[in-house]
Amino acid sequence: MASEVVLAMCNITKRFPGVIANKKVNFELRRGEIHALLGENGAGKTTLMNILYGLYAPDAGEIYVKGKKVNIQSPKDAIALGIGMVHQHFMLVPTLTVAENVILGMKSSPFKLDLEKARQEIKELCTRYNFQLDVDSKVQDLSVGAQQRVELIKAFYRGAEILVMDEPTAVLTPQEVEELFRILRQFVESGKSVVFISHKLWEVMRISDRVTVLRGGEVVGTLNTKDTTKEELASLMVGRPVMMEYDKVACTRPHPLLILENLRVKGESSASSLKGVSFSVHGGEIVGIAGVDGNGQKELAEAIMGLRPVEGGKIIFAGQDITSWPTRARIEAGLAHVPEDRHREGLILDFTVAENLVLDTYDKPPFTRGKVFYPGEVKELGRRLVKEFDIRPPNPEALARYFSGGNQQKIVLARQLSRQPKFLLAVQPTRGLDVGATEFVHQRLLNEKQRGVAVLLISADLDEVLLLSDRVLVIYEGRIMGEVIPGQVSYTEIGLLMGGAQVAERSAG
Amino acid sequence: MEVKWGKWVLKVERKPRVKGTVPALIGPLVALSLALAVSSLVIALSKVNPLVAYQYMFYGAFGSVRSFTETLVKTTPLLLCGLGLTIAYRTGLISVGAEGQMIIGGLFTTLAGLYMGWLPGFLLLPVLMLAGLIGGGLWGAIPGYLKARLGVSEVINTIMLNYIAYYLVAYLLDVPLREPPGYFPQSAQIARQGWLPYLLPGTRLHLGVIIAFLSCFVVYFILWRSPLGYQMRAVGYNREAARHSGINVEKNMVLAFTLSGAFAGLAGMVEIAGLHHRLLGGFSSEYGFDAMAVALLGKLHPAGVAIAALFFGALRVGANMMQRSVQVPASLVFVIQGLVILFVLMDELLRNYVIRFLKPHMEEESHGAQ
Amino acid sequence: MELNNIIGFIQATIRMSTPILLASLGGVFTARVGIINFALEGIMLVGAFMGVYGSYFTGNPWMGVALGAIGGMLTALILGFMSITVKVDQVVAGTGINIFAIGLTSYLLNMVFGIGAKPSAVASLKAWAIPGLSKIPVLGPVLFDQIPLVYIAFLLVPFTWYIIYKTPFGLGLRAVGEHPRAADSLGINVGLVRYIAVIISGILGGMGGAFLSIGHLSVFMEKLTSGRGYVAWSTVTVGKWNPLGIMGASLLFGAADALQLRLQAVGIKVPYQFFLMLPYILTMLVLAGVVGRTVAPAAMGKPYSREGK
Repeated sequence: MASEVVLAMCNITKRFPGVIANKKVNFELRRGEIHALLGENGAGKTTLMNILYGLYAPDAGEIYVKGKKVNIQSPKDAIALGIGMVHQHFMLVPTLTVAENVILGMKSSPFKLDLEKARQEIKELCTRYNFQLDVDSKVQDLSVGAQQRVELIKAFYRGAEILVMDEPTAVLTPQEVEELFRILRQFVESGKSVVFISHKLWEVMRISDRVTVLRGGEVVGTLNTKDTTKEELASLMVGRPVMMEYDKVACTRPHPLLILENLRVKGESSASSLKGVSFSVHGGEIVGIAGVDGNGQKELAEAIMGLRPVEGGKIIFAGQDITSWPTRARIEAGLAHVPEDRHREGLILDFTVAENLVLDTYDKPPFTRGKVFYPGEVKELGRRLVKEFDIRPPNPEALARYFSGGNQQKIVLARQLSRQPKFLLAVQPTRGLDVGATEFVHQRLLNEKQRGVAVLLISADLDEVLLLSDRVLVIYEGRIMGEVIPGQVSYTEIGLLMGGAQVAERSAG
Repeated sequence: MEVKWGKWVLKVERKPRVKGTVPALIGPLVALSLALAVSSLVIALSKVNPLVAYQYMFYGAFGSVRSFTETLVKTTPLLLCGLGLTIAYRTGLISVGAEGQMIIGGLFTTLAGLYMGWLPGFLLLPVLMLAGLIGGGLWGAIPGYLKARLGVSEVINTIMLNYIAYYLVAYLLDVPLREPPGYFPQSAQIARQGWLPYLLPGTRLHLGVIIAFLSCFVVYFILWRSPLGYQMRAVGYNREAARHSGINVEKNMVLAFTLSGAFAGLAGMVEIAGLHHRLLGGFSSEYGFDAMAVALLGKLHPAGVAIAALFFGALRVGANMMQRSVQVPASLVFVIQGLVILFVLMDELLRNYVIRFLKPHMEEESHGAQ
Repeated sequence: MELNNIIGFIQATIRMSTPILLASLGGVFTARVGIINFALEGIMLVGAFMGVYGSYFTGNPWMGVALGAIGGMLTALILGFMSITVKVDQVVAGTGINIFAIGLTSYLLNMVFGIGAKPSAVASLKAWAIPGLSKIPVLGPVLFDQIPLVYIAFLLVPFTWYIIYKTPFGLGLRAVGEHPRAADSLGINVGLVRYIAVIISGILGGMGGAFLSIGHLSVFMEKLTSGRGYVAWSTVTVGKWNPLGIMGASLLFGAADALQLRLQAVGIKVPYQFFLMLPYILTMLVLAGVVGRTVAPAAMGKPYSREGK
C-alpha cells in the first residue's frame, strides 16, 4: 500500500480567550488510510480540523497538502484543495432539497441554475456507493442517517480526496454505523484518505489504520491501530489508568415513585412523538433510557417535567396524578431536572451563580418574605453551595457565563440536589464535559440513588447508560422497545433495539 | 476582527470584562460624546460653529432658574416613559409603544378629570393617577397579550398602536371632546382641583417631577427587591431556562408590558394634570420615542435612566433656544437621539474591545502570550 | 356606486400600494438572509426627502428617484453595518436609524428650504399611458395609465420571484437566512450576501419613498412616511416572505389607504381619522391571524460570526 503523505499539519497552535485549543500539533495523513483522531471532549480534535477546513485561522504552524505548503483561509480554499468535511452538527439547510444542498455554493454563473445536471451526477454517486437517496426531497424530511449521506455526497461531489468526519456515529444506530464504515472503506480503497474524529475507543479500534491521540490540545502519541489496545489508548487519552466500571451498589427499590401509564405526547416530528410509553422508576434505583437522539427522549423529559402537553395517558408521582400539574408544582412536589442543554435550559448565564441557585426557590422563604425579595439570603446560599459542590472559581457573585462547562453543570446539580428532591431526571448530564467533571456527575448520581432517590437517566452515550443504570429501557420512535440489564446484554442486542427491531424481552430484574 | 493594511495589522480584540460601576459609565459617556461629535458635523452643514450651537443649547437648558425648571418639566415624562421601557426591556421585550400608551393614559386622565370633577382634590388626584395607570396599562397589555399568546412581534404591534392611539385622540378632539366654541382641537379644562400643584411660583414646575423621581425608587424595588422582578429579569435573560424552572413566561410578559404601559400612562397623566390641564392634540410630543434612547443610555437602571432623562430634557429645551439664536433647526434633537441609540448599541464594542495597531505579523508571534 | 368611482378606487389602490410594494420587495431580500429590517421607515423617509431634493435641484423628477435610491442605499448600509459587522440587536438599530432619519430629513428640510417653509411645488412624476393597452375599457386606465414607477414595481414582482427561487444567487440567499453556518462551510461569503441584500433593500426602499413624495403629489413633510416603512416590513411577513404574497398584501394595504380618500369623497359619514387608522389596525389583525402558521427563515435576527456559536 502506498504510504505517500497527502496531508501534513505542522506545529499548529490555536488559542481562544482563556484556553489553548491546539499546542504545536503535528498531524500526518497517508494516502489510502483511515486515520483516527482520538481524544476527550475539548481535547482539540474539532479545532484542528476546523483549521484544516478554513473555518479558523491558526495562530502558528503550516499545512502541506501533497507536499506543497498551502494557505487555507476559508472553506472555499479547502474545497479547492480536495478537502471535504462532514461536521458533527450537519451543515445542511433544512428547507432546501438534497440536490440544492449539494450544489450550494458551487461555482456557476449567478443567474442560471443547472439543477438537472447536478441531479444526474448525484444519482450516479449514490449508485456507485450503493445507497438510496431521494434527490428531490427536502432535507428536513430525511432521517438522520440519510442526512449524513447527503453530507457525504456533498464532499464526493466536490471531488474530495481527503475526507474529514467529525464524530459521525453519535447519531447513528449500530447498523447504520456498519453501513458508514463500509462506505468509508470503499472510499479509501480508491486511493483517497479519511480523518476520523472520535472519542469512542471501540470505533477507533475497528475502523482506523492509524490513530493520533490528543490530550489537552497536544499530541500524546501516534500509533498503528493493530499495534495497540483499547486500554492503552484510553490511558493515553486521559493521562492515567481509566476506571472502566463503577462499584454498583445493589439498589433498594422500596416502591415505585414515578409511574408513566400509556403516555402519548406530540413531538417535534412523528418519529419523536411518544406513542404509549409505560414504565416506572423506583426510589433507590437508576433507570437508564438508551436510544439514538431524536426518538422521543426530549419529549419524554419535557412531559415528565410539565414542559410539554400530554395528549393521553397518565403520570403518577408518589401516588398522585400529576399529569396536568404545572412545572412549578412538580418541582415543589420533589421532582428535579438536569436538562440537556445547560446554556439554554439549565442556567441563566447572565445571572450570578447565587441567583442561578435560587431559580426554583426564589419566591419562598428565606429568599422572599412577604412580598420582598432578599438578595442577601441568596448570596448566603451561594457561598454555602459553592463550597459544598467545589465550584471553581469559588465566587458566588460571578456571572455563570464565565465558568467552565464542568463547573456550570455543578451549578445546575447544586441547585437541584440542594433541594433534596425525591426524583431526579438527568438528560445528557455529561455532554461536553471533561473526564474529571464527568466522574463528578456520575458519582453524584450514584449518591442520589443510594439516598433513595429515583433517578432517570436519559443519554445518547450508550456506555454511560450501561455504566450507571440498574436497568435500561431502549426507546425508538416514541416507543419503549424493550428492557435490558447491563452486563446481561450484548451491544448487538441493544443495537437492534435502538434500530427498531423487536427482540424478545429479557426478564427484567 | 482584523484589518490588514499593507504590512500593518489593525486588530480589534476583546478585553476581559471588568465589573463595577465606573467601567459601566464609560460606555454611555463615549456613546454620548460620539453622538454629539457626529451631530456637530450636521450643525456644520448649516454653516454654524457647533461649539457655539451647543453653548446656546446648554444655556437654553440651564442658563436660568426659569430654563432649569423647564428642563425639569420636560424631564418628567421622559423619565416616566423611560422607567416603563426599562421594565419591558429587562423582561426581554422590545417596546416602542410608550408614545401610544402615554396618549391613552392622558386620554383616560382627561376623561376622569372632566367627568369626575365633582370629587374633592385629595380624592381626585389619586383617581387621575389611577386613570393614567389604567389607560397606559391597558394599551400595553394588548401587545403583551398578543405576544404571549400568539407570538406576534411586540415591536410591530406597539408601533401600530401608537398610530391608532394618535388618530383615536385626534378624532375625539375633533368632535366629541372638542371644547366649545370649537376653535381649537382641544378638550375643555379638567377640574381645577385635579391640577397638580405648582412647586415654584412663576414657573411651570409641578408635582409631576416628584412623582417621576419617586417612581425611580418604585421601579428599582420592583426589579431588584421583589420576586416579580427576579422572574422578569430571568425571563429577560433566558426565556427557556426560566420556563424550565416553572416560571410562567407568558404571564410575566403580559405583566411586564402592562407595568411598562402603566408608567407611560402615568407620564400622560402628569402632562395633562400638571402642564396642559386639558387634552391637546400632539401633547405627547414624541416623548415616548425619546424614552427609548433614554432607557438605553441609562443602561436600563433607574439611576442611569434618571440622568439620561435629564440630559434629553435639557436637549429639548436647549434646542429651542439654539434654533432661535443661531437658526439651527431643533430637529437636531432627533439626530442626536438616533445617534445615541446607535452608539449605545455599539458600546459593547467600544468598551470591551481594544484597538491595537500591530507591526507586521512576524513580530507579533514572538510576543507569545495574549 | 358608480363605475367611475370604482375605477378611480382601483387606480388609487394600485398607486398607493406601490411605495409599500417597492419597500417590501426590498425588505424580502433582507428577510431572506435573516436580517430584520426595521430601518425601512427611515430608508423610505430619506428616499422621500432625496426625491424632493433631487427634483427641486435638477427639475427632473427621475433624478429625484435616482437620488432617493442612493439615499436609501446609504441609510440601509448603516443598518447593514450595525447588523452584520458590529452584530447588535437589529430591531433597536433599525429604530435608532429611523429616529435619526426623522431628525436628519427634518433638519435638511429646514436648512434647504428655510425653517417653517414648505418647499414650493416641485416637479413630480407624471403618469405615462401605455399606448394601446390603456385604451382597453375599464382595465385600461386602471392598469396601464400609471406612473412608470408603478409598472417597474409590479414588474419587479416576478423578477424578484425568479431571482430568489431560480438562481444560484437566490439559493445562496435562502441558505444564508436558514443556516448561515452551512452556507459558510461551503464557501459562501455570508457577510457579503447579507450586505448585498441590505443594499437592494435600500435602493428599492428609497425608490418607494421617492414615490411617496414626488409621485403624484409633490410635497415633503416631516414624517411623510408615517409608519409605512413598518407596514412594509409587516407586509413581508404577511406575504410569507414570498414576492407574490407580498404583492397581494401590498395591494391590501394600498386599498386601505385608498379607501380613506374615496369614502370621504363619496360622502360616507365616518370620521376620516378612522380611515387613517385602518392600515395599522389591519396590520395588527393580519399579523395576529397569520403568525403561527408561517415559518420565518431560521436565522432571522441572529448575527453570524464564524468563531462564535
